[in-house]
Amino acid sequence: MRAFFAFIVGGLFGTGLLLSGMTDTRKVQGWLDLFGDWDPTLAFVMGGAIIPMAIAWQLTRSRKPVLGGNFPKAPDPDLDRKLAVGSVLFGAGWGLSGLCPGPAMASLGWGGWGGLAFVVAMLTGMGLAPKAQVMLDAVSRKA
Amino acid sequence: MPIDWMWGLVGGALIGTAAAIFLLVNGRIMGASGLIGGLIDGTGRHNWVERAALLAGLIIVPGVIAMIRGTADTYLTTNIVVIIAAGLLVGVGTRIANGCTSGHGVCGISRLSARAIVATVFYIAAGAITVLIFKHALGVI
Repeated sequence: MRAFFAFIVGGLFGTGLLLSGMTDTRKVQGWLDLFGDWDPTLAFVMGGAIIPMAIAWQLTRSRKPVLGGNFPKAPDPDLDRKLAVGSVLFGAGWGLSGLCPGPAMASLGWGGWGGLAFVVAMLTGMGLAPKAQVMLDAVSRKA
Repeated sequence: MPIDWMWGLVGGALIGTAAAIFLLVNGRIMGASGLIGGLIDGTGRHNWVERAALLAGLIIVPGVIAMIRGTADTYLTTNIVVIIAAGLLVGVGTRIANGCTSGHGVCGISRLSARAIVATVFYIAAGAITVLIFKHALGVI
């Protein structure tokens, strides 16, 4: 059952990414292009997604997940260097390509060799992340 | 309201509904980088079937819809150096920051997580500066 619902969730997620235009790298780079031909579509996508999810978080207060287990624990309030450094690296790659992990996967079906190369590089980057983390820690200890 | 914005809202609502189902039914956060990353580094081995099923839906369903519609293009750059560099940065960055646009942007902001809000400000700012430099200053993208 968990896998069945996960598949449905993935399908809805991917359909939403396609319909919203977020698998079109021009629209994503357009959102980031504050000094060019700015495209506000991404803000509508984010707003449209945050509303149902905010309601869902409210509903978690008085119940348990339908398929058992527990809801994720409360968010960690601590901000750290990792969060900032990782987000800056991610943002740079996002700006360069117009792709983030969700749309990169969702568009594999029609993204061609370029889309596949991006995903292979992304998976490689994810595999290298623990090593990159160790390097970052070493640098911040010296600093 | 331009039609693209309407589709943005509709697609966004589908994304948010998907995240809401994953939370309320499976009890989990729908973050693309975390779901994929856990399969890569082994931290998600105990629930790999759930992760793999979500990713299968994420790839197959829009792929089929795009095939039926007949037109779909990512308009991704053809510069392979940019593609590889961007993919590596997205992979490393999202894992170090423990989230991307779906995990931090949608799931985190919707519960007013300070970490998610800070992450989103940083990756949007970094993305905007990158576009400014590589598009307007250098003309690479």
